[in-house]
Amino acid sequence: MEFDALLLSRLQFAFTVAFHILFPAFTIGLAAFLAVLEGLWLTTRREAFKTLYLFWVKIFAISFGMGVVSGVVLSYQFGTNWSEFIRLTGGVIGPLLAYEVLTAFFLEASFLGVMLFGWRRVGPKLHFFATCVVAVGTTLSAFWILSANSWMQTPQGFEILADGTFQATDFWAVVFNPSFPSRLVHMLLAAFLTTALVVGAASAFRLLKGRETPGAAESRIALAMAVGMICVVAPLQLLAGHWSGEVAHHHQPSKTAAIEGYWETRADQPLHLFGIPDRDTQSNHFQVSIPGVGNLIQNVPRDEVIVGLDSLERADQPPVFMVFWAFRIMVGLGLLMIALGAWGVWLLIRRKLFDHRWFQRFAVLMGPAGFVAVISGWIVTEVGRQPWVVYGVLRTRDAVSPVTTGDVATSLAVYISVYAIVFTAGALFILRLMAEGPAAVMTRPTAPEPRAPGSAMARAPDDDGEADDDPPIGDGPGGRL
Amino acid sequence: MNPDLPLIWAGAIALAVMLYVVLDGFDLGVGILFPFAKSKEERDIMMNTIAPVWDGNETWLILGGGGLLAAFPLAYSVLMPAFYLPVLLMLAGLILRGVAFEFRFRARRRGRRFWTQMFAFGSILATLAQGLILGGFIQGVTVREDRFAGGGLDWLTPYTLLVAVGVLAGYALLGAAWLMLKTEDNLHGDARRWAAISGVATAGLLAAVSVATLFAHPRLALRWGFDVAEGFSLDFSVLAPLLPIPLLGLAGLALVAWGVRKGSHTWPFVGALTVFLSGYLGLAAGFFPYIVPYALNFRQAAAPENALMFMGAGAVFVLPAILAYTAWVYWVFRGKINEETGYHH
Repeated sequence: MEFDALLLSRLQFAFTVAFHILFPAFTIGLAAFLAVLEGLWLTTRREAFKTLYLFWVKIFAISFGMGVVSGVVLSYQFGTNWSEFIRLTGGVIGPLLAYEVLTAFFLEASFLGVMLFGWRRVGPKLHFFATCVVAVGTTLSAFWILSANSWMQTPQGFEILADGTFQATDFWAVVFNPSFPSRLVHMLLAAFLTTALVVGAASAFRLLKGRETPGAAESRIALAMAVGMICVVAPLQLLAGHWSGEVAHHHQPSKTAAIEGYWETRADQPLHLFGIPDRDTQSNHFQVSIPGVGNLIQNVPRDEVIVGLDSLERADQPPVFMVFWAFRIMVGLGLLMIALGAWGVWLLIRRKLFDHRWFQRFAVLMGPAGFVAVISGWIVTEVGRQPWVVYGVLRTRDAVSPVTTGDVATSLAVYISVYAIVFTAGALFILRLMAEGPAAVMTRPTAPEPRAPGSAMARAPDDDGEADDDPPIGDGPGGRL
Repeated sequence: MNPDLPLIWAGAIALAVMLYVVLDGFDLGVGILFPFAKSKEERDIMMNTIAPVWDGNETWLILGGGGLLAAFPLAYSVLMPAFYLPVLLMLAGLILRGVAFEFRFRARRRGRRFWTQMFAFGSILATLAQGLILGGFIQGVTVREDRFAGGGLDWLTPYTLLVAVGVLAGYALLGAAWLMLKTEDNLHGDARRWAAISGVATAGLLAAVSVATLFAHPRLALRWGFDVAEGFSLDFSVLAPLLPIPLLGLAGLALVAWGVRKGSHTWPFVGALTVFLSGYLGLAAGFFPYIVPYALNFRQAAAPENALMFMGAGAVFVLPAILAYTAWVYWVFRGKINEETGYHH
């Protein structure tokens, strides 16, 4: 395979977008969770809710910051690396992206300041309002970006002009394109699940330290909330995923064929549970299948023909292996999530949830499952769309910028280095906070006491005066808690 | 009568970029000044003056980019590849400084020192990159068949480097003036000194960039009535209507000088804003109606009418709302920041 600007641009986009999606996937749900916690605190005045809010908002602040900076990259990368895509389709897809900035980004960014730093500046109700606005903003952002992405999956409401550029004929049809409703629901549920799994894992981790550990009372509440959420949302997600799959079956048959590993166009398709799809032989190795249920899964009559990859030129087939396996990882994790939710609620009803160590270990293990499932899902949907950037209309290779391989290699190296530093540090800070648990906010950081000159610590700060091990005086950014 | 949508959107995007430049300008400026702070406590306060608003400020950059994409997709698709590497450097800088707000607070010992350095480094890198983009923009972009057709390093010339240093000085001035507005006592004194130094540097570099532009880019010079192609002649009738723009800049610099001398809290910032406004108007006067100098005007690059209309219908309501709640957030966080002022509880 030749490493040209196209391939490197694809790798770069995949890398930067995969890094970015982790944060919205987490913060959309977390913002809603925080709004619920603050609402509960305002109505019940139970300190535990406030403690939980103050704890999770710290993690939210770090995650949100990383989401913002990794998102800015994407809004420019459309131009730096995919300028032909924008030159041709900008008149259709551009307004959706502009609306995301106008209706969501400003809302989130502005009210986030009040949410994080405004405790002493606004009253509790106004602060609660700010939290709610941030939550609404994150959801609106998902609305627009999913709409834009869905249009790339199932384009409609446009015409192609003589010079090759696209023009909308009906923006309503563009925004509410066929795959948008199901994919929006699927993504929002994924975000809620991801958050619930993380909250559940962090709370279970705390409880594994023992009944009397500081923060245990709060962690019990959070674990119960997370378990309830997972129990309801995980099965719903299965339905939403199925809905999304049906839409793909109707509008993107090549994607469905790749997901299912169907090489052959036929009626009465089997369901392949396992296999190693191979593009060269146009078949699956080591296939394990259940005959006769493939059509059932797709919700079509058994005698209806389902298109296989053999209906496409080889050049028009998506990379099957990645799509096939990413899909199975996603579904497998989804089933585990359903099990986790059901088991958790069963234990909750029997009043054993807070002492069941095996369940808690399972919950900790499932903490990152949402992230893995989200990435897998996006691999299914984006790789499954290939070789098209706008399905059936514009090929990825015709969308790339007129830039040199050297330029893209440079930028990819820079992004990998910068993201490696930022991601490692961010993950470390978040994990450290989780390890401290909600107790961390109950013992507030205090300003370092003045020390007599010449005492050991007074000599400690080195040349730049930053070596102090205490939190910054006056609560630095993020230290308002 | 149909509204002139391309013109309205060109104006809206110009406004977004202008707001970005002054808003993120002062908070990038704070980052540029970070290495000169005397202590960790000073740096904490400096960061706290911008912590609640930097995210909103940076959103104007996303609107500038996203708006350009949506309203002038052709311009966006030409300009981004043209400035591939400076855009990359700008984004890398913005990432490093953006996460530093949280990370610097969370980190211990070495980590904190590292993120302090990254906050300054990222701010300086992003600023220089923006300067290179501006310089490259003034130089003009090679376009063939609606696509960028220049070289990958066209943006790197002595002229663009001069512009980049000029923007660095200008942002430092904005940052210093902002700190004079938001701090007191010792830090205010330091900020005053920084404002004096960066003010002088800004004035000098602004003059140098202006002169260099006249000689390096005769096309732009003609707009201002200077004909440098053969000898040197000045058509005053062309210059006269534009003269208020440089005069506004001079007034801004005078306001900075006077305010700094007096140790004023507000006027240096107002002066610095005026300088930027003048510089921006000066550029606009030189470029209009080009959106990709000197190849595409904003009408050629505009998105289809119905796309502009579709966005306009929402923007008419949303943009004023954004301006209103942004102003409200600044109002919430008004006043001086010191070690005791918590935004915190």
